Amino acid sequence: MYYIDPHIHMVSRTTDDYQTLARMGCVAMSEPAFWAGFDRGSAESFRDYFKQLTEVEPARAAQYGIQHFTWLCINAKEAENVELSREVMKLIPEFLDCPNVLGIGEIGLNKNTRNESIIFQEHVELAIAHQQQILIHTPHLADKYQGTRMILDMLAGHAGLERCQVLVDHVEEHTVRDVIDAGYWAGMTLYPVTKCTPARAVDIIERMGPDRLCVNSAGDWGPSKPTAVPDLILEMRRRGHSEGVIRQIVFDNPYQFFSQSKHFSFTPTKETRVFESF
Amino acid sequence: MEKNRDDDIVNNVWRESGEMNALQVLDREFLEVRAKILEIAASLDRMDRADGDVSMDPNRQLLVRGIDLLLSNQPDRAERFQRLFSRDYHDDWQIEFEMKNRA
Repeated sequence: MYYIDPHIHMVSRTTDDYQTLARMGCVAMSEPAFWAGFDRGSAESFRDYFKQLTEVEPARAAQYGIQHFTWLCINAKEAENVELSREVMKLIPEFLDCPNVLGIGEIGLNKNTRNESIIFQEHVELAIAHQQQILIHTPHLADKYQGTRMILDMLAGHAGLERCQVLVDHVEEHTVRDVIDAGYWAGMTLYPVTKCTPARAVDIIERMGPDRLCVNSAGDWGPSKPTAVPDLILEMRRRGHSEGVIRQIVFDNPYQFFSQSKHFSFTPTKETRVFESF
Repeated sequence: MEKNRDDDIVNNVWRESGEMNALQVLDREFLEVRAKILEIAASLDRMDRADGDVSMDPNRQLLVRGIDLLLSNQPDRAERFQRLFSRDYHDDWQIEFEMKNRA
């Protein structure tokens, strides 16, 4: 089955991973800007990173027939540095017309601090001002519930925001309902230890229904599995779910969400057209 | 005498564990054990939602005894497990942070 991974950090992965993902059916992906594993020292570091996301990775992915899209921001962890964050946010508009940019992301909270909240709000205002979609990171582990509720509180205060253009990512059992009920898209991240396993993600799909739900690997430099989406496909098949429902989760839903961005133009390969009825 | 492969495995495990003190083991295993307990909670929910009744199954009873701490009669075990491990949320946090009203 062909699928889209709507959240994966390919700057941290090898070219072999692109090849493996292509073999397993990945035809498109989106890569939100995130923390590199260390705090960067200047805004110019982010300019180089944004070039990597908008120039280098699309070319690497294209070698294997995968379309690469991206989201730009300063991540929640480095957002604790308000001065640096504002310098980085000034850079973002010059990249928004790059052909693979879908919007602003992954913004969010990390430890749910005041500084993180201020920079989150300013990112949302940037997105609204430039008519961009938004992809949101919710915190890890013990901070997730509180941080997700804080994020929803902040989003509700923006009258100019189209909720259908926002995806709140890394939802789990205790946060998915608030996100979906508020009208946003929700993403489930399939990680080996933290976040969701494929089995629990399928549990959530069974309880919530497949609408406005996406799944992703969030493969990065830490413990993660870039081929986690095919693991979910297998788990759904083992439980007897139809190919149509599986396809809705792993292909149609991210396709529908991305299609709201003016830069999303999926060009299926000949083989994809044959098998997916394009 | 030929060495038994199982003995090597046991010895390797023993040596690896023996090199760390209890706190180091806890730090290393915390997230993995946490994730496993969460898997157990979701597995119980999955059994409950499925057709049929396995409450008298010996394997089920064995599991119940082993994980008695996680059992209750209420649904949404996984969600309550997550909430149990979550920081509290207070809806007046924006006042506490003196955040500007963006509306």
